[in-house]
Amino acid sequence: MGEVSFLYEAKGQVLVIHLPKEFDHHNSRDLRYETDLLLSENYVRRMVFDFSRTVFMDSTGIGILLNRYKQMQRSGGTAAIYGANAQIRRVLAVGGVAKLMPQYASKEAALMG
Amino acid sequence: MCQMEKELQAELVSPETVGPGTSEDVPECAQAGSATDTMRLQIASCSRNEQFARVVVAVFASRLDPTVTEIDDLKTAVSEAVTNAVIHGYGGEEGTIYIEASICGRELTVTVRDEGVGIPDIPKAMEPMFTTDRTGERSGMGFAFMEAFMDQVEVRSEVGHGTAVTMKKRMGG
Repeated sequence: MGEVSFLYEAKGQVLVIHLPKEFDHHNSRDLRYETDLLLSENYVRRMVFDFSRTVFMDSTGIGILLNRYKQMQRSGGTAAIYGANAQIRRVLAVGGVAKLMPQYASKEAALMG
Repeated sequence: MCQMEKELQAELVSPETVGPGTSEDVPECAQAGSATDTMRLQIASCSRNEQFARVVVAVFASRLDPTVTEIDDLKTAVSEAVTNAVIHGYGGEEGTIYIEASICGRELTVTVRDEGVGIPDIPKAMEPMFTTDRTGERSGMGFAFMEAFMDQVEVRSEVGHGTAVTMKKRMGG
């Protein structure tokens, strides 16, 4: 239950966010602050969310994704998702994120866009 | 600070274990040949317990032999209700969340109850995208998710006394 930390990875102007196993309210409390900080300190053109380790997400995750999507849109950037399993894809669809953010099977594809 | 272990209580009640005539508060199940199993869980209102709550309800539901998708749906719905209790019901303050799940035939009923602030306008609270949260991080989709992933959702609430969300789902074919 202790796994809370995200791993951020900057690749040029792309920010990759490796999401936790359980992407819920508890495990995402620091994500807003941390990404805001990263966005203010780095020039980010594309934000890529890595779901490959994630087995669970609820509407908390949707709120966070929608906000980051809007943030990227305002600055003329893009956002993408990769590695989502069946449960995550279902939640993305119900939450309306699936039609906003493109989903890719691999990290390489998501980085390229 | 949340003290998970100290405030955690779970019990499994079935007509066989309590015996005839003593099951006064076990929900009735009219389904022929089907005994009602009931699970009760009390957790402290803290975010770290959200995962525990949804997993316990999912394990309890597993006796219905559900599909993976049905279990995922149930976990998502329970997570929404418990998160609402933590964030909105108790507003991040101390409190206890009561979860009761029972099985009748192929149907699972789960109630998530808090003794928090209550909801003044339930239809408004259940509107998709409506949220009282000011951080801008909440999607306002909690109830919409419960309705999308369960067959039936019923909300009872009294301002100053708390909220109970009861959800039903038919599982296992």
